[in-house]
Amino acid sequence: MSVVIEARDVEFSFGQTPALRGASVSVDAGEILAIMGPSGSGKSTLLHCLAGILVPDSGEIIFDGARVHAMTETQRSSLRRDRFGFVFQFGQLVPELTAVENVALPLLLSGVHRKQALPKASAWFARLGLDGLEQRRSGELSGGQAQRVALARGLVAEPQVLFADEPTGALDSLTGEEVMDLLVGAAREQGTTVILVTHEARIAAYADREVMVRDGRVNAPDRIAS
Amino acid sequence: MSVPLTLLGLLEREPSHGYDLKRDYDAFFGRGKPLPFGQVYSTLSRLGRDGKVVISDVAPGSGPDRKRYIITDLGATEVEQWLTQPVDPEPHLQTVLFAKVVLALMLDRPADEYLDTQRSAHLHRMRELTEIKRDGSLVDALLADHGLYHLEADLRWIEMTGARLDALRKAVRP
Ligand SMILES: Nc1ncnc2c1ncn2[C@@H]1O[C@H](COP(=O)(O)OP(=O)(O)OP(=O)(O)O)[C@@H](O)[C@H]1O
Ligand SMILES: [Mg+2]
Repeated sequence: MSVVIEARDVEFSFGQTPALRGASVSVDAGEILAIMGPSGSGKSTLLHCLAGILVPDSGEIIFDGARVHAMTETQRSSLRRDRFGFVFQFGQLVPELTAVENVALPLLLSGVHRKQALPKASAWFARLGLDGLEQRRSGELSGGQAQRVALARGLVAEPQVLFADEPTGALDSLTGEEVMDLLVGAAREQGTTVILVTHEARIAAYADREVMVRDGRVNAPDRIAS
Repeated sequence: MSVPLTLLGLLEREPSHGYDLKRDYDAFFGRGKPLPFGQVYSTLSRLGRDGKVVISDVAPGSGPDRKRYIITDLGATEVEQWLTQPVDPEPHLQTVLFAKVVLALMLDRPADEYLDTQRSAHLHRMRELTEIKRDGSLVDALLADHGLYHLEADLRWIEMTGARLDALRKAVRP
């Protein structure tokens, strides 16, 4: 398996607060990786550095051979738009748009015409058990439905890497596992690499492998032979 | 709960009489179920027969507690292996995990590393059960879930214990 994205010795501080102190992790193409660890340990910060949202103070982020840490803001934002997908814990749907427009958004933003984008987005509704909800606005969806819409939006542009920060954090356990089941199924089908932040072991168990973040560093457990 | 391994672990701190071992076993691991003297001595004599302990010196007089026991290299290796290997992740093994953590702290070993090893063994098993759940029937899924929730409970205990190792070390190493 080939490495698609990696962090090498990344340090990052918010002002005086160090959040990452030499974090390294590498993720294979098509792999589903869970990032676990206590609250405040630096999981989200690591995800944001990998995704080119934050720029490390030192260290490197390499995606598909490219040096993300050295890119300009414009380069990073097109990388995020064209190659990455995102799902967060809550609040990511645009309330003024319908569910199907929300899903189509990444396609529209990368210049796909509405005529192609909307049918492509609609196709995800049946796939994720959301039939009939295409025209609802986010306020008219349950938490689990909204999260599935967000998942469809994260995957619609067939990103190389999907970044998911506590995607089931606001859901009850059954709904959360349904979302994970769909996420893993869809990611495997289209060969998407997934980087999933969670502090819940039952959610991390959907991944192929887990790493622990503690005090801004990553401890990868020895892989246990099956 | 493995009595022979726990006694061996206690012996690794220092050579001891059977009486000392019983006292410490009851204090840390007995939890209202004291170890009978008979079992202490039968266990020690089996450990002696298997070459894991030897008798260091025998005080004059009679009675079983004249003997002081010393752990051998073989015995120490066995304790080391037991502590280092993760326990098969099954529900209801809290007492074994607890004994390992306390002994590791008593012996000044890396208890946090044992907990990390155990965490990844648990997560590995949880991944297998999740795979069964995703591919199997509803009955398989519900059975897998039962295992998953128990393993998750163990993991939470592992997290809490990991966060309190310093305090626990002070409690078990006067
Ligand atoms: N915007 C910010 N400004 C200042 N400090 C921040 C900011 N975001 C995070 N931090 C600090 O950086 C450290 C790491 O935070 P991070 O959000 O990466 O943790 P986390 O592991 O994702 O935690 P949680 O599980 O609670 O989401 C913490 O000490 C946190 O207080
Ligand atoms: Mg976070």
